[in-house]
Amino acid sequence: MSRLPSLPSLPGARFRVPRPGFPWSAPLVPRGYERPPAAPHTGADYDTAWARRPLARHVRLLVLEGPIRLGVRALTAPERTGLDRLDGLEGAAIFAANHHSHLDTPLLLTSLPEPWRHRVLVAAAADYFFTNRLTSAASALAIGAIPIERTRIERRSADRAAGLIDDGWSLLIFPEGGRSADGWGRGHRGGAAYLALRTAVPVVPIHVEGTGAIFGKGDKRPTPGTSRVTFGAPLHPRDGESATRFAGRIETAVAALADEATTDWWSARQRAARGTSPSLSGPEGSSWRRTWALGERRRPRRSGSSRSRSSGAHSPAWPRI
Amino acid sequence: MSPRPGFVLEVDRSTPPTLFMHGNGYRLEHLPVGSRIVYPPEPLPVVRDIDGAIRDALLHPVDSDPLPALLFPGMRLTIAFDDISLPLPPMRRPDVRQRVIEAVLDLAAEAGVDDVHLIAALALHRRMTEAELRHAVGDRVYDAFAPRGLLYNFDAEDPDALASLGETSQGEEVEISKRAAESDLLVYVNINLVAMDGGHKSTATGLASYRSLRHHHNVRTMQHSRSFMDQHRSELHSSNWRMGEVIRNAGVKIFQIETTLNNDTFPKPFDFLQKREWEWSLRDRSSYLASTKALARTPDRVRRSIFQSVLAPHNMTGVNAGDVEAVHELTTAKVMEQQLVHVEGQADILTLGLPHICPYNVHSVMNPILVMCTGLGYFFNLYRRRPLVREGGVLIVSHPTPWAFHPVHHPSYIDFFEEVLTETTDPLEIEKTYEQSFAEDEWYRHLYRTSYAYHGVHPFYMWYWGAHALQHLGGVIIVGGDAKAVRRLGFKPATTMGDALEMASDVVGRDPSLTHFHCPPLMLAEVT
Repeated sequence: MSRLPSLPSLPGARFRVPRPGFPWSAPLVPRGYERPPAAPHTGADYDTAWARRPLARHVRLLVLEGPIRLGVRALTAPERTGLDRLDGLEGAAIFAANHHSHLDTPLLLTSLPEPWRHRVLVAAAADYFFTNRLTSAASALAIGAIPIERTRIERRSADRAAGLIDDGWSLLIFPEGGRSADGWGRGHRGGAAYLALRTAVPVVPIHVEGTGAIFGKGDKRPTPGTSRVTFGAPLHPRDGESATRFAGRIETAVAALADEATTDWWSARQRAARGTSPSLSGPEGSSWRRTWALGERRRPRRSGSSRSRSSGAHSPAWPRI
Repeated sequence: MSPRPGFVLEVDRSTPPTLFMHGNGYRLEHLPVGSRIVYPPEPLPVVRDIDGAIRDALLHPVDSDPLPALLFPGMRLTIAFDDISLPLPPMRRPDVRQRVIEAVLDLAAEAGVDDVHLIAALALHRRMTEAELRHAVGDRVYDAFAPRGLLYNFDAEDPDALASLGETSQGEEVEISKRAAESDLLVYVNINLVAMDGGHKSTATGLASYRSLRHHHNVRTMQHSRSFMDQHRSELHSSNWRMGEVIRNAGVKIFQIETTLNNDTFPKPFDFLQKREWEWSLRDRSSYLASTKALARTPDRVRRSIFQSVLAPHNMTGVNAGDVEAVHELTTAKVMEQQLVHVEGQADILTLGLPHICPYNVHSVMNPILVMCTGLGYFFNLYRRRPLVREGGVLIVSHPTPWAFHPVHHPSYIDFFEEVLTETTDPLEIEKTYEQSFAEDEWYRHLYRTSYAYHGVHPFYMWYWGAHALQHLGGVIIVGGDAKAVRRLGFKPATTMGDALEMASDVVGRDPSLTHFHCPPLMLAEVT
């Protein structure tokens, strides 16, 4: 019987924990053997199939409808508009939103209506959410994240996302490719458009406002505030339309929603028709000017502000007797 | 499976009890063997791509240029839309008016139109509250226009906001909204629930003043409309069409958009209310038993709130846009496709179960005058050719007819009930003696303009609405109603359906024929 190697003695240590030998524990590797590099299990290669099995989906449902929903409500007091635009939408869809904060994902997941809410996956940066097995598993389980490569051109993650959409899963994606650094948006990448063209599903543009101020990039802790999610009408790829052109249309639609969220629907439609919707990426110039311009955006004045404004609410008529 | 058409069932020994709506409740009644029950057609399928269909209708209108060709920068565009009285019950969000108005505004934005007003075409109805307007046009449109004063309720008593356009060949004055009359284009967004709605009535009634409305909202017109739902035999229709001609000749350009809905009236779990009784499942029967027991133990006010909160799942079956008359012809055909039921012969007795709602008590109280209007005005007139009940026959209505009024919505109704009906129930006498004083009363006018009250003359119109039935019928019996209120209306109260049938036999004989009109859902009987 082989003896276990003795542990280095620690100052003050009196006892040694006995360690069972092989085969009760992992075998030691001979020094003369060069171990081949391990197949990667994180990053874009992380396999999330287990997180789409019934047990994991039920856990996700509990997490989403419990702590996540409560946390979102407490931190962001969301106002959701435009859900009526999804009336008539059937089957899988790609939800494309602007991105300010880590709160965007839970906010959007709790904002999506049925039947999409519990059959949606989140396109998450492989180099951020899937760097080790713990964060990978947590992301896949809690929000249904699937890894998307954003630092290099890579077919596998796109193929995997397209396959899942073909299987009936919807996808939440942030086409800007990352969170805004200064409150203004970034140009859209072509991933959402490419997937929509490839799988022939509509893209629902979404504009999120307010989360950047609550927990923006670089913030250490969240500051509770208010947020607003505006859903747009589903966009379908046109015959012969390229991914680049379609991505431009999605970006324009999100910009029009941003305009709608900060002014009013009619003014936004007028500007959209003239092609003068304010850009998501803000004015050119120094950082202080961009910050200044961001502050000039205003929310519309609301009448009846005390009313619950969740779309579809049946407001009681005044007066009651 | 395609929807089944309406049909007439002859009651035999194996026929289950028949559902009667009964205000804020419902009950099952045994009808005598040999009675007939008229069942409505099942809901037509809705348009799958509603927004696409609306846009298509705007781009390919009937007998009109496409809407984009009628829009230009610098123009004055007015969009008028039907008020809270349509549809019934109110539909789930998004309301079809919102969808249409957003599509119109999208095209207006593309054309560079800046001067846009939206008007709730409510004639002499009460003003819509903010919540009701939001429900009809959607939050996006409301928030964009209402805070700037560009979305508002029509005021038929604002002399500065009315324009006189002349008279018809019959001397009927035409006075409508000045903004609508002076616009380069008036787009009217209509919901056509019954055949009477829409067409020239949209503008000639919805945007008209009392001066104009009195020419067709009167006893003579109602008695000569047999029925309102039959365009070819409706004096109400003819009068509105004459006025429509005056409006057109005055240069008012109207782009009419009419939508039709299916008759899917009750959401789950109350969908059994529109099923045929012998097709009720175990769940349906359980729902009926549980809900009737629960409602019986619920205070009136709570019961009213429950029923008034019902949003119907009905949705759009068609949309047409363009010239008023051409569009209305297509719309009427669609309404008929949904609602028409062929019935052979009239009956001695007609039975009706009145629901909780009519066009004038949305979010409000169904007072006794509205019970009369709904039973004798609307339901009785849901026929073509001949009424379902013979001349001199008896109408039996099931409704609790509470002695209750909404003091804000119906102030003049209270006075009408207390001061007018105590003197006479004869529509002609009422019109001659009392109408003008109520119509010109400054206090009612003030409440109509600034509060949420129906116009002072409105209860008179409700009474006139039933004038044809009053002239035609030999008696009216209300089952389960407040006896004092029923007698005030000039009708007879009965405790049970059996008692009512016994009382009816005094008028129509011992062996009468009976037809039950199983409505809602809405239908239209073609009686041959």
